[in-house]
Amino acid sequence: MARLNPWRWGVLGLAGLYFLIPLAASVIFTVNVPGQGVTFDAYTEILSADGFLPSLRLSLELAVATIVIVLLLMVPAMVALRLGAPRLRPVVEVVCSLPLVVPPIAYVAGIATVLKWGPDYLSRTPLFMTFEAVQNPSFPFVLVLAYVVMALPFVYRALDAGLRAVDVRTLVEAARSCGAAWPQALVRVVLPNLRGALLNASFLTLALVLGEFTVAQLLGFRPFAVWIYSISGSQAQLSVAVSVLSLLVTWALLLALAGLGGRGRTTATRG
Amino acid sequence: MTATTLEPATRQEAATVEFRELRRRFGTTVALDGLDLTVRPGEFLALLGPSGCGKTTALRMLAGFEHPDSGAVLVDGEDVTGVPSHRRDAGMVFQSYSLFPHLDALDNVAFGLRMRKVRTAERRARAAELLDLVGLADKRERFPHQLSGGQQQRVALARALALRPRVLLLDEPLSALDAKVRLSLREEIRRLQQELGITTLFVTHDQEEALSMADRVAVMHAGRLEQCAAPAELYGRPATAFVAEFVGTMSRVPARIEDGTAHVLGRRLPVDGPVPAKDTAEVDVLVRPEAVGVAADADGDARVIAAAFLGAATRLTVRLADGTEVKADLSTHDAAGIGAGTAVTVTLPDRPVLVAERKG
Repeated sequence: MARLNPWRWGVLGLAGLYFLIPLAASVIFTVNVPGQGVTFDAYTEILSADGFLPSLRLSLELAVATIVIVLLLMVPAMVALRLGAPRLRPVVEVVCSLPLVVPPIAYVAGIATVLKWGPDYLSRTPLFMTFEAVQNPSFPFVLVLAYVVMALPFVYRALDAGLRAVDVRTLVEAARSCGAAWPQALVRVVLPNLRGALLNASFLTLALVLGEFTVAQLLGFRPFAVWIYSISGSQAQLSVAVSVLSLLVTWALLLALAGLGGRGRTTATRG
Repeated sequence: MTATTLEPATRQEAATVEFRELRRRFGTTVALDGLDLTVRPGEFLALLGPSGCGKTTALRMLAGFEHPDSGAVLVDGEDVTGVPSHRRDAGMVFQSYSLFPHLDALDNVAFGLRMRKVRTAERRARAAELLDLVGLADKRERFPHQLSGGQQQRVALARALALRPRVLLLDEPLSALDAKVRLSLREEIRRLQQELGITTLFVTHDQEEALSMADRVAVMHAGRLEQCAAPAELYGRPATAFVAEFVGTMSRVPARIEDGTAHVLGRRLPVDGPVPAKDTAEVDVLVRPEAVGVAADADGDARVIAAAFLGAATRLTVRLADGTEVKADLSTHDAAGIGAGTAVTVTLPDRPVLVAERKG
């Protein structure tokens, strides 16, 4: 690592202040109640607050479903792309990057329109209940579909980086010549070597889903981010406390991920 | 098949491999243009040729990674062209390091046995036995990134042998290694192959490797087989001009065919092999550098233009009166007085010569 000279210390310090001052302000705001001194009431209230647990659980469920679907969709697709049609890579890259270009507000407007006219068109078909089902408030699958699309750019990049680091073709061929059928080669050889990339993709998707507000709010669902927003109007301290808490939860997940990756490396280097 | 048994290497029936009229094109390039080749049971056959000659494509077709546009691949007379690669019973060692990075050496070797659902204890025992065979008994728990290139290829070899394949395929397994390791691994592969008596195909672009290891060498050029013969024959009696010039070093000396003999450098020498059809023809005589005699001669009309010291021998490049360049190997002792610029005479030994059509 490069030595930290005074210049670098300066830049590090400034960056640290830029991040830490708002954070510290938030924390002080939640614990320092005028007239009562320091109190952690705001944090203890969170657990009993109306809608906290259901919205958090909904967000986590949506995140898990999104991660599972986006990985099931992208991993086989990207391995196949790498092995079978490397020339299509730029096309897929552009397609997967489109969600970054389309603003969520435009995206959700489109989805809302479809959800509105859909039932009319499908009413005479066996699928007429589909649009009802995907909007079930206890588990709005339509959000999972939306998040899968929104996660594509991140998942694509994470997996692409992972696939670049291993010689997928040779590994698959080696596995095949050892008697492994295609699915076995994928599960036993390719996936274990993409572990880091899979964890990265999962984490980025998790962060995306936990923080997503626009789509969920405009479609009228109440996952965690929407709940924080709705509570901030009435209970300012509580909502900031929740934000701080959600930041800590995100950090905890990040550390867990780093821990998992780190453990992988130590088992790999043990002789 | 005895793929899952664990008795010490009982020598199994070695397989015959046949390529029949294999054709394959990738876009506009023709990788194989009607390849016919038979590998005898237990034979170590090297596929030698310049890059792009189709040798790797042929090997990959036997492994099942490529499919021919037409033609067939037969193992023991049985057409395996349509059999998927994981049921081909062919062990393969790749050019680049192909070990599974997430598994240690033992698990890498045991991978195939695991795919065949061999019980854990059995497959570990068998894998350990194989690592022993390639001299890496003490490296079982090392991961690929902790092994040197040579060790990795040894593990890859053990992995390829784990399922007791009927055919062993080696795709330039030594080309990524440094010279010393390459030499020792060369000998080791040959020893193992002879011990196990397994039919082996070895792809290489290194002629020295092919000549020193193989029972027979198949020289390929532009998707076709040029010649398949034992190393000594390939070197001494090349069937085509391409083989002559690809294997070893050959110089062309302009000559003239008259009455079935070659007039070259002022001498008449009999022709080895078929004589060109026409009675008189302008041809080239092909000569190996070690066959060319060079002597300092102030009246000689040839001149040495370069001398390269190779150790025991010195390679002289001589320009003949007509501008042709000929390479000649002289023992360093004899070449002592002959430096660049020396006037010399060039002689050929009194032996039949190989002729080829005059080039361009």
